[in-house]
Formats: sequence, C-alpha cells, structure tokens
Amino acid sequence: MTTPEKKPKKNFQKHNPAIATILSILFAGLGQLYNRRYIKGAIFIVIEGAFLFAFLEAINYGLWGLRTLGTIPGVDHSIRLLVLGVLSLIVTVIAITLYVFNVLDARKQAQKIKRGWVPLSFKQVIKEVYDYSFPYIITFPGLFLMIFVVIFPLLFSLLLAFTNYDLYHSPPRNLVDWVGLDNFKNLFTVPIWQETFFSVFVWTIVWTVVATTLQIALGFFLAVLVNDERLKFKKLIRTILILPWAVPAFVTILVFAAMFNDDFGAINRDIIIPLFGGDGVAWLSDPLYSRVAIIMVQTWLGFPFIFALFTGILQSISKDWYEAADIDGASRIQKFKNITFPHVMFATAPLLIMQYAQNFNNFNVIYLFNEGGPAVRGQNAGGTDILISWVYKLTFDTNNYSMAAVISIIMGLIVSGFAFYQFRRTRSFKEEGDI
Amino acid sequence: MNSKLKSKLELTAIYLILAVVAVVIFYPLLWTIGMSLNQGTSLYSSSIIPDNFSLEHYQWLFSPESDYLLWYKNSLIVAFANAIGSVVLTAFVAYAFSRFKFVGRKNGLYIFLLLQMFPVMMAMVALYIFLNMIGLLDSLTGLILIYLGGQIPFNAWLVKGYFDTIPKELDEAAKIDGAGPIRIFWSILLPLAKPILEVVALFNFMAPLFDFLLPSIVLSSEENYTLAVGLYNFINDQFANNFTRFAAGSVLIAVPIATIYLFLQRFLISGLASGGTKG
Repeated sequence: MTTPEKKPKKNFQKHNPAIATILSILFAGLGQLYNRRYIKGAIFIVIEGAFLFAFLEAINYGLWGLRTLGTIPGVDHSIRLLVLGVLSLIVTVIAITLYVFNVLDARKQAQKIKRGWVPLSFKQVIKEVYDYSFPYIITFPGLFLMIFVVIFPLLFSLLLAFTNYDLYHSPPRNLVDWVGLDNFKNLFTVPIWQETFFSVFVWTIVWTVVATTLQIALGFFLAVLVNDERLKFKKLIRTILILPWAVPAFVTILVFAAMFNDDFGAINRDIIIPLFGGDGVAWLSDPLYSRVAIIMVQTWLGFPFIFALFTGILQSISKDWYEAADIDGASRIQKFKNITFPHVMFATAPLLIMQYAQNFNNFNVIYLFNEGGPAVRGQNAGGTDILISWVYKLTFDTNNYSMAAVISIIMGLIVSGFAFYQFRRTRSFKEEGDI
Repeated sequence: MNSKLKSKLELTAIYLILAVVAVVIFYPLLWTIGMSLNQGTSLYSSSIIPDNFSLEHYQWLFSPESDYLLWYKNSLIVAFANAIGSVVLTAFVAYAFSRFKFVGRKNGLYIFLLLQMFPVMMAMVALYIFLNMIGLLDSLTGLILIYLGGQIPFNAWLVKGYFDTIPKELDEAAKIDGAGPIRIFWSILLPLAKPILEVVALFNFMAPLFDFLLPSIVLSSEENYTLAVGLYNFINDQFANNFTRFAAGSVLIAVPIATIYLFLQRFLISGLASGGTKG
C-alpha cells in the first residue's frame, strides 16, 4: 500500500466490486469474467457446472434421505440413506466453502482493478495459481482419506445416537427413524441401562486412574533405581526391563489370560495353590479378582514405556543441580522432591496425559484378557467391561447400534476433556499457528 | 566404614528388587516358550519345562494344513504398505502445514489435535458399513486405507513439529536460487527430517502387527487374516485345546519383533519424546 500507485484510469474507476460480487454469487466464475480473468472464470464455471450436473441430484436425494431415513420399508434402506446423507452433507459443506471463496476472490480482484491494478500475463497467472494451490494439492490425498476414514465415521456415529437403529429396526426389512433424545433418556431412566452405565462408568474411571498411575509409578521407581551410579550392567538391566514393551501386546495379553485361567492356569496351579492351598483364586469368574488381575496385567504391559521415557529424562538432568543440593546439605528425599520429580514431570506431562487417555480407551487388554467378563447379574455388560468394550459388545453382539452411539458420544465428551487440556498446555500453539 | 556398609546394603536391595522384577518379566515369556515345546495340545498336561520335548507345533505351523505363513505374509503386506504410505501422505501434509500460508490452516491444526484423541474404534460401525458399501470389506486394501487415514492426525502433527525446527532460511536461500516448492521439499526438508520420518515409518510398520481390533472387524475369511486375528482364533474356539499351537505361533512373531524393538529402542524413545513434548 505504501508504494505509490499509478493514477487510476477512468476505465478502472468504473469497475465496480459490487457487480463482481453479485455476478459471482449468481454463478461462480461470472465475477471473474467481469474482472477479465477469463481463464480463471472459465475454470470456475466449468467446476460449478460439473458440480451441479453430477452432484445436485445425488445431494438432493442424500439430504432427503438424511431428513426422512426412507419412507417405504423394504425398499428404502435407511442406513444407506444415512451414509449417503452424511456424505452429501460433507460435499455440501465443501461446495459452500468453495463458493464463498469464489465470491470473495471476485470481490477482492475487482477492488484491486478499481485501484488500477494491471492484470498479470498468462504465464504469471499460471505460476501464481500453481503457487497458490500448491499446499492444497499436496494435502489433498491425505485429507481426502482422513475425511472418509475419520471424519465421516465420527459424524455418522454422532447421528446414529439420535435414531432407533437396533436389531428390531434394521434395514432392509424395517426402517430406522429419528427418535431425538430418547436414547439418552433411556440410558438414564431405564433401570438396566442406568445400572449398567453407572457401574461401567465408575469402573472405567477406576481402571484408567489406577492402572495408569501404577504403571507410571512403577516405571518411575525402576528408572530412578537403575539410574543409581553404583549399579553395574546397566545396559543389560535396561534391555530386560524394556522387554514387555517389545513383545506384541496381544500375544502377552492372551498368554496372561491363559495363565490366570481358574482351572488350569499357571498362576493358580503353580503359585497360589502350592503357597496358600485351597482351590485357587477365581481370577476370571469373579469380577473383583478379574479387575485386580487385569490391572496387574496392564501394569506389566505399560511400565516399560514409562521406564524408558523417564530414563532418558533422568540422564539429561544436569549433575550441577545435585551437587548444589549436596553443598546445601539436602537429604536424598529432598533432592528427589525438589529436583528429580519436577524435572521429570515437567518434561513428560503431555505424554503422561496421553497414557491416561490411552488406557481410557484400552480395548485390547479388556477384551483379549477376559472379553470384558465375567457376566454380572442385572447388567448387560461384564464385570471388567470399560465403556469402549461395552460399545463393541453392543455393536457386534447385540446389534444395539443406537445405544452404542450414545455411549460413544459420552466417551467423546470425556475424551475432549483430555483434548482441551492438551490445547491449554500447548501455549506455543498460538505462535505455531502463524508462520 | 558405616556408610560403606550402608551403601552395600542399599545396592543389594536394589539388585534384589530388580531381580524380582526380572522374574516377573521373564516368567510369562518363558512359560510361553515352554508351552510351545510341549507335546499335544492340552494346556492341562503341559508344563513350563516340557516332559516330552517336541517341535511338533512349529512343524505344524509350516505344514500345508495351516494358514500361518499366509497370515504372516498378509501382516507384512499391511505393515509395509502402511509404513510407506503413511510416510508419503504425512510428509506432504506436514510440509503444507509447516511452510505455507493458506485458508483453513489454523483450523486444520486444531482439528488434527482434536481428532488424535478419538480412537478409530468409536467409529467402527460406520467404517464397517462404509467398507461394505464400497466393497472393500474383508480385504487387505480396506484395512490399509483405514490405517492410512487414521494415522494422519497424530503423525502430521509430529512431523510438522519437526519440520518447524528446520530453519526457514534454508528454504528461502533455495528459492532465491530458483528452486520450486517440490524441489525444496525433496532436497532440503526430506533429508533433514529423516529421523522423524523413520520413526513414523517404524510406528506404522509396528501398529498393524500389534493390532487386533480393526482386523477382527474388517477381515472375515481365514485366508485374509493377519497374525493377530489368526492366532486369536487358535485359542478362541477351544481355549485349552490349541494353546500350545498358539504359543508356538506367538514365539515366531514375538522373537523377531522384540529383536527389532530392542535394537531401535533408543531411537524410538528420542523420536517420541521430541515430537510429544514439543506438541
């Protein structure tokens, strides 16, 4: 703006941004034509034409399906309609974004022309377009895939929560209907749902907090022990301690499931019965013991990662800190509390939070260990089921899709709590946002 | 003298604790190896030190009756495709987000951060129906596409963080010399970002080998199984009966994977720590 512009010619002053805006609202590209950017205008017109030609009917149908979920049982497949509806919604949002972009582009250009801006040569235009669209071109494949694999399914599940899609309302024989907030109401008022939800929810929280905290505490403790200067064979010890992380988890979980087996598992047969006598502990058939066992298994699986992480941090703490503390006559506990602990926690807080989030959704351990069992009277979830494994069972065992979606949404809300924390933590995010 | 004795006692205590931990770590692992060497398929008559040592389960796995080698091949196909594909996709996405100014950039970053939190699991019904509609259910291609799309939010963020640490002056110098954006990407950023790209490749190579849930939803016919699903089925049907066979199959996966892991541990941790703490 500071560079002096040529005095606008009369011709340019007449150029009206409002006309460009209106024209481009009428049909994408017209505004660009008015601005005498013929190639750009033509491309925009072709895109909108193609869009109208190819998609308009499909989108119309999709949105109709989304609204009604079909009207004729046996003919209209509600779930397909829902899928098409969500896809149409996504396409519509993209189209609207492009459209708004087109209008803004025409307007900006017209204003520039009015100020006496001389259009670039064809070659320059090509280069400009290439530079401008480059980031979009290279992100396209990744984002395209992400829209279909992540965003679309999440939207779809969100919508399912407001339908009555279950075993009795399943296409193609029957239609699925919108039921508003009924599912949420049922979850909190129908006794069996209410009880199950409450007990699963409480156990999920207990599981997340206890299992994760235990694995962090054990990892931390061992990292501090092995960091002791007097210790020999450190490399070997570290390798051994990392071993549980290196073995594929599904293998170890299934092995543990066999070892904890009530009748012929090694834990009962080789440890509990010889030491304490009796018939052994009902590891898999009693909810309480099952929970204890599963927490132990997760601790075994999870501590090596923390151990490895903390070992790295401990080695990076400067010795000067400890020497200064020695001069001041600090005790070992004081040194730990005021130097080691804050250092480690500060450096790894985000990763630790992620550990909690991971265990909150740790389907593998729960399902592979005991399939969420044992069964509990008066509930439709097992004794060790956490929310996510309950959702799995509702989906694939009892086909109660809408309830599964409701619980997914509740989980989503909790998980966004973790996300919110991560946002706040990333103070640098604001700066990272700008280049 | 007193403090020396104290130090010795402490050291002994540390060694003792570590010994106990080592026993707890080794017990299930050795038990699995022991089981795999037992004759017969019954868990009840098997023990950690086999009375009648035999390699029959290993032989069975390589015999034509078993699909084990096929599963191994499937798992490796998925793992390699996922490793290569995710490096290519995320490197491009991260490049755009790290170096270019464009509409939707900032919101895109927020969306990545948010989506990282949601496991694919929550959307499994939709994925199942969707794959079914486009005819990719029960195929390795469908599985790979889901892995590839699902890893983007996390890894794009990780790689973008790393790209941000590479000075922009390098790009600008190259631009003055006439290099285009592709050229800058190829000959400046990629070589410098090799460490983080290797971490992404390795994580995405390992993920399909470790994963049970997604393949168990997507794959339904036995010749398409990956190792995790196949092995689970050994023991799922008749738990006690095929456990020894499962143990043998597990040993053959765990040994190579654990070896790779232990070799690369230092490098894995540093990559994760640098990406994770930077946010």
